[in-house]
Amino acid sequence: MAQRSIQPLRKRIKRDLRRNWKVYFMLLPVVAYFIIFAYMPMGGILMGFENYRIKLGILKSKWIGFDNFTRFFTSMYFGRLLRNTIVIGLKDILWAFPITILFALMLNQVPYRPFLRTVQTISYLPYFISMVVVCGLVKDFTQAGSAISRFMGLFSGKQESLLTNPTYFQEIFVFSGIWQNLGYGAIVYLAALTAINPELYEAASIDGAHKLRQIWHISLPGILPTIVIMLILRIGSFMNINYQKILLLYSPATYETSDVITSYVYRISLSEGSDFSYGTAIGLFNSLINLLLVVSANQISRRVTETSLW
Amino acid sequence: MFLSKGEKTLNAVNYLFLSLVAFTCIAPVWHVFCASVSNPQLLNANTSIVFWPLGEWTLGGYQQVFSTKYIVRAYANTVVYVTLTTSLAMLLTILGAYGLSCKGLLLRRPLNFFLTFTMLFSGGLIPTYMVVRNLGMLDTIWAIIIPGCVSVYNMMIMRTSFSSIPDSLLEAAEIDGAEHFTLLLKIVIPSSKAVISVIALFYIVQNWNSWFHTAIYVRQRELYPLQLWLRDIVISESTANLELDSGDVNQFNQTRMLIKYCVIVISILPMMAVYPFVQKYFVKGVMIGSIKE
Repeated sequence: MAQRSIQPLRKRIKRDLRRNWKVYFMLLPVVAYFIIFAYMPMGGILMGFENYRIKLGILKSKWIGFDNFTRFFTSMYFGRLLRNTIVIGLKDILWAFPITILFALMLNQVPYRPFLRTVQTISYLPYFISMVVVCGLVKDFTQAGSAISRFMGLFSGKQESLLTNPTYFQEIFVFSGIWQNLGYGAIVYLAALTAINPELYEAASIDGAHKLRQIWHISLPGILPTIVIMLILRIGSFMNINYQKILLLYSPATYETSDVITSYVYRISLSEGSDFSYGTAIGLFNSLINLLLVVSANQISRRVTETSLW
Repeated sequence: MFLSKGEKTLNAVNYLFLSLVAFTCIAPVWHVFCASVSNPQLLNANTSIVFWPLGEWTLGGYQQVFSTKYIVRAYANTVVYVTLTTSLAMLLTILGAYGLSCKGLLLRRPLNFFLTFTMLFSGGLIPTYMVVRNLGMLDTIWAIIIPGCVSVYNMMIMRTSFSSIPDSLLEAAEIDGAEHFTLLLKIVIPSSKAVISVIALFYIVQNWNSWFHTAIYVRQRELYPLQLWLRDIVISESTANLELDSGDVNQFNQTRMLIKYCVIVISILPMMAVYPFVQKYFVKGVMIGSIKE
């Protein structure tokens, strides 16, 4: 039995290699690239279970098991980091999703094409600006004396740079992100909206449904699969909050609300300290939660809405 | 068409709101352009948004920027990095996409999983850094160009598009004796020009704006791309890295804000100039990416 199933497989491999060796040859650099830059780092995760010393390397460094993890879970920063990571991620989803969808719905209501085109083109603009410049602009517009700072001053009675105040950090982070991605993010929804059969609207209109009802009963259900897919994708990067941006915007004054797991990893391993093992362990914790999230989101969505990524 | 009163109000609110969004998107960029030609002293004292150049117009900031050799070099570096990174990324993306779109490949599914898995899970920041370090790439141009240049997501978009080429076309060529390399060069690439330019654009924008890579892998200032100088000037607001002699530092501090805006302008100008013309390709790219197989 075993003999028989091996034989054809061997033959199949032979035939496959004979017919397709050139394709495999083409794929070779791609596979090599991902082995080196994606799979070798996965092997490097072992560092997280060691007391890693550069001189000794991964193979000879002392194995310490889960010590780095216990150290992280019992450290005074653990609660703060986890809370900030989750809260910033949730705030981002809760604000960015509805606003982007609303923007797409509003664009879809515009019958006058030139206006639509102009607004759309302008709304893509921030997407093409680099993170560094966006953060520079954020700094500019939230500095003491700026319009936003003066406006907030009406409530707090203080003239201050908003970016150094932990109360505002997360909102600044989330809304500058929305500013940058609004137009670009709306593309997918707009595409889904234009794919909806216009007869549905006509029928609803004859039945006396006004615009808002049409949006609620036709437009929104029509783009629901798209919304679900985008949500799964978003959850797939939930833990990997855009820490490049956090690093550009935060300061010790706002760590309380701004420091997330990934920015902490960067700080202790590559900037203020060089604790590679500890950083690797924390990074692994983060990636695992992320993997768990995306797999469950996909699974739940497959059951509930029959829409899934795989 | 007859519009009810409610619908008229709705329309008005809609136009108003959308105009407001457009204004919000463009105002900060307009502010930067105006600030970059403002009077430096007035600009230093200013804390609000600039809707019109303060004081008399001046191109002094730009003159100073273009005579600072570090900034000019950083600009050249950026151009070199974007070209090399995009070329390498395109090569690997096209090869990968072609391989994965070949039907009848025994290892197609495992290879697909091998690549897709890297989107879901990664070794993380530190292990990746250690690999780059162990390869001896730190502080070299290779660390800027090679690690993380290929996006599997882009590869999947391209694969989807390659797969949609009619089989009959490929089979006909195969009967004529065309090998895979010929198929790729003579049929697949020419018939997928649109998607190839879309992906290339994705890479170009991403690489033009990237800074983090260089920030962790490179210390040598000669290798800095523009975005990293920008970080120092815009975010850290430090002059330490500009390697100016003391006289220059004084002069620099007087015109610091002006310089800042000028550098921002020269960094975003290429993207601003090009994007209105390529936006429709971007839209196309997003659409292909959103189609599930």
